[in-house]
Amino acid sequence: MKAVFLGATKGIGRALARQLVARGDRLFLLGRDGNDLQRSAGDLRARAGATAAGRATGQAEPARVGFAVCDLENPDGFGRALDEADAELGGFDTVVITAGLFATQDRLENDRALCRRLLTVDFANTVVFCEEARVRLLARGGGTLCVFSSVAGERGRKPVILYGAAKAGLTHYLEGLDHKFRAAGLRTVCVKPGFVKTGMTEGLKPPPFAGTAEGVAAQVVKAIDRGKPVLYAPGMWALVMLVIRALPRLVMRRIGF
Amino acid sequence: MNGSATPTLSGWGRSPVVPGHEVRSEDLARVTVGHPLSRGLGRSYGDSSLPAPGDAEVVSSTLADRILSFDPQTGDIRAEAGLSLRDLYRVFLPQGFFTPVTPGTQYVTLGGMVAADIHGKNHHREGCFGAHVTSLTLRVADGRVLTCSPTVERDLFRATLGGMGLTGHILEVGFRLARVPSPWIYGESERISDIDQFIHGLKEAGPRWPMTVGWIDCTSGGKRLGRGTLFKGRWAEPSEAPAHPPRPKGRFSVPFNLPPFAMGRLSVKLMNPVLYWRHLRRHQRGIVHPETYFYPLDALRNWNRIYGKRGMTQHQCVLPESAGRGAARRFLEVLVAHGGASFLCVIKDCGPEGLGLLSFPKPGISIALDIAVRDDTQELIDALNEQVIKEGGRIYLTKDAFTRPEHFRAMEPRLDEWLAIRRKWDPEGKLRSAQSVRLFGDKP
Repeated sequence: MKAVFLGATKGIGRALARQLVARGDRLFLLGRDGNDLQRSAGDLRARAGATAAGRATGQAEPARVGFAVCDLENPDGFGRALDEADAELGGFDTVVITAGLFATQDRLENDRALCRRLLTVDFANTVVFCEEARVRLLARGGGTLCVFSSVAGERGRKPVILYGAAKAGLTHYLEGLDHKFRAAGLRTVCVKPGFVKTGMTEGLKPPPFAGTAEGVAAQVVKAIDRGKPVLYAPGMWALVMLVIRALPRLVMRRIGF
Repeated sequence: MNGSATPTLSGWGRSPVVPGHEVRSEDLARVTVGHPLSRGLGRSYGDSSLPAPGDAEVVSSTLADRILSFDPQTGDIRAEAGLSLRDLYRVFLPQGFFTPVTPGTQYVTLGGMVAADIHGKNHHREGCFGAHVTSLTLRVADGRVLTCSPTVERDLFRATLGGMGLTGHILEVGFRLARVPSPWIYGESERISDIDQFIHGLKEAGPRWPMTVGWIDCTSGGKRLGRGTLFKGRWAEPSEAPAHPPRPKGRFSVPFNLPPFAMGRLSVKLMNPVLYWRHLRRHQRGIVHPETYFYPLDALRNWNRIYGKRGMTQHQCVLPESAGRGAARRFLEVLVAHGGASFLCVIKDCGPEGLGLLSFPKPGISIALDIAVRDDTQELIDALNEQVIKEGGRIYLTKDAFTRPEHFRAMEPRLDEWLAIRRKWDPEGKLRSAQSVRLFGDKP
């Protein structure tokens, strides 16, 4: 697999990138901080070396892990970054996006600028990035587009109204792509993580069934391989959300969830 | 986090338990700004990684776990301080490299290994971890980030090895991995009938075996005082090692705190002879899985829970060569006289003192005892420490929660030099821990 990865330096993205290089996949990293990307590229290169030695090929070169700066807040750079990745990887077949912003409902309600930034990054700009990626993948007969949405987008819920709205839009967009382009060879994987203990959720109280970055990453690797269109991670959240979706408005108004 | 009450933190011994919580971020350099202490995986036993009274937050380094560079020609590696030994070993053992020095658990971070200047079964040959560290990146008390090494800011470097994280937040660690001939261990073990034979066995095995350690049944007194098992090991040669790589081991978990009698005097008394006689043949040898060899207790997750709600402490001391070979016997006699039953008692010989100004080992015999916390634990630790002082030995801060400041001072002639260097880098005393308040008189 040759994958462009937006968001590999932190959290679930970091764990996922490690699992991909550990099994021999080639990666090209995109992100907003060049220094951070370089550190993650070094990390992944060292970890890729392990598999090269493990395969006992003897003189296997540790895989190169390239990177380029690409900021989800600056859509003008998307095309150039993807072209750079394409050249370096010799044609990518997979695009993974784990990057995004997160803030609590309280903060977003009280900070209009942050609210606007989050809605733009998590919905509009992520979709624009996906469009750039989609065109390139379809031009070569297809590939996989794996994007992290969230269970927050399943239903309008009090604690995640704004973040959830952005993710709901993203989820719908990915579902639409799946319906329209799967026959043409484009496989979309929409990952909906529940609560996962990472730097993003630092300081929040973990609910029951909180997942780990490594556990979720392992599920995502499988979903990418199988082209599974929707993945709840940890899997328990599929059940939780089934219930949440079925609850009448009357109940949703009353509960805090 | 415990949702209802105020969050608390403790070390591996789960005594003491203090109010406080961890702040974590992948960006360790940023999150350490303005904080008094960082911790890794919290495997020090006592209060080394706990906030001082009044401080609520400790930085956790565990999300900062990237390998920054690795040179397969030399084994030189540089990584963020939160990288765990478990992760490191899974990446590099298949490539023919292993940490030059490992403690008895893989659930430690590089930062923790530096702060405690950990030692292992190979101390008599390889010294402490610090002997293999090439450079450290620290955030010092005034907020600067700087790099020190055996040649650059040497004083800061020496004060940081074994300095319990009190000279600065450890951000990055550069060190040299050791090349190993195979990923398997060849081990021999031997049943030993008393403490004098044990010391003799350790000293005799030292020059021939890179790794040695012993387990002592410390419930038996008199003629059988200090009987146990001596383990010797080395990395297996490719010709004798299995062709397949060792598979990572699964783990069992202790689901909850066991009741007090689980580690009560009686059960310890019953268990020790069982462990002793399990080694029925006097000599055993063969190929051993590296995890079984280095990290036998890691197979049981949360094994500290077997000590129940009150927790446990460990007393680890080194009795110097100058005290003579009878020192270990005299020490165990003090333990037995105080009715101190220890489930696990580990003995090991130490090589020369290293660079670290507060590093624990020095030439002699190290004895480590697991002790369940009870009403009389303070008296027991005091008695053991008085004996250690009499012999000219010292204790390991990483394990400690009970030592009195005047006792520590009597053991540690290097303390003033270390305190002076620390003051130079942190004149206002911004960096502190529960342990530094207890032992070094830091302002809480």
